[in-house]
Amino acid sequence: MSEAAQPVLRPRRRARRKPTPIVGVLGEVLITVGVLILLFLGWQLWFNNVVSTATQTATADELSHEWEATTATPDPDQTSDPGEPVVMDTPAINEAFANLIVPRLGLDFKRPIAEGVGTKVLNNTKLGMGHYTGTQLPGAVGNFALASHRSAYGGAFHNIHQLRVGDSIYVETADGWYRYVFRDLEYVRASAVGVILPVPQHPEAVPTERLITLTTCNPFYSSAERIIAYGVFDSWYPRAGGPPPEIAQIATASGVN
Amino acid sequence: MYLALWRILPGPRWLRVALLVIMAALVLTALVLWVFPVIDQLTSPQDVTVEE
Repeated sequence: MSEAAQPVLRPRRRARRKPTPIVGVLGEVLITVGVLILLFLGWQLWFNNVVSTATQTATADELSHEWEATTATPDPDQTSDPGEPVVMDTPAINEAFANLIVPRLGLDFKRPIAEGVGTKVLNNTKLGMGHYTGTQLPGAVGNFALASHRSAYGGAFHNIHQLRVGDSIYVETADGWYRYVFRDLEYVRASAVGVILPVPQHPEAVPTERLITLTTCNPFYSSAERIIAYGVFDSWYPRAGGPPPEIAQIATASGVN
Repeated sequence: MYLALWRILPGPRWLRVALLVIMAALVLTALVLWVFPVIDQLTSPQDVTVEE
C-alpha cells in the first residue's frame, strides 16, 4: 500500500509551493492571536504583578523618606505617653498619603495608600491601594476603609485570608505609626457598602471605636464576592518617638535604599 | 504572512533572524507598555470595592 501511496504524495508537495493560500494566512493569524492572548495572560497574572509590587513598595519607601526628612532625630522618651492619636487633614484625590505595613502579608510588605478608590489608584503600578473617600482617616473614631487588588496590579491583599486574630496592621503617615489589631474576616456581596460605615453594618450606630477595614475581591481572580478584614485601633507611635519595635526593621529598611 | 516577511527582509540568514528577534522585542515592549494596560482597563473583571 505504501508503494502505491508514494507517487501520489510527490505532486501534492509541489502543489504546496504555490503562493500562500488564504487559509494559510488565516492559520497564521489565528496562531498569532493565540500567542498574543497567552502573552496578555502572562502579563496580567505574573509580570505586571512583579513590576507593580516593586514599584508600589518603592513609592511607599519614598514617602517614608520624605516624612523622615522633615522629622527631628527620634527621641525614645516621647513614646512613654503619646496621648490621643493625631488625625490628618483629608488628602487630595489620587494622592498617596499613608503606607500600610502588615507583617503577616510579608516581612517586607509595605504599600502606599492613596485617596479614592478609582481605577487611577487601584489599577496603578505605582499606587494600587485606595482609601474610600468619605470614610475616616487613620486614628480617627470611625472607620478607615481601604481597597486593593487580590491578584492584579501587585495583589496587595493576595493573602488577606491568612490574617490571624491579633495580627498587627500598621498605618504609617507623616505623623507617625498607627497600630490596628486584626479582629475578623467577613465575606459579603459587592453591594455590601455597610462594611465601610463608621460602625460596619450598623448605619444608625454612633461610632466609639477606631477601626480599619480592608476590602478586596473573593475568590482569587474573580469579583463574585468581597472579602473584608477588620482591625481595631490599639495604639499609635508619634514619628518623633521612632517606629514601633515590631516593624523597626522594615521602617528603617527604606533608609538602606 | 510570515513567509512574505522573511522574503522582504534583506541580508543573509543570520541578519534576518537578528532583525526578526529585534522586531519581536519591539512588539513585546509596545504590548507591555501600552496595549496590555489598555486592554486590561477595558476587560478587567476584578472589582475590589464595595459599591451600590
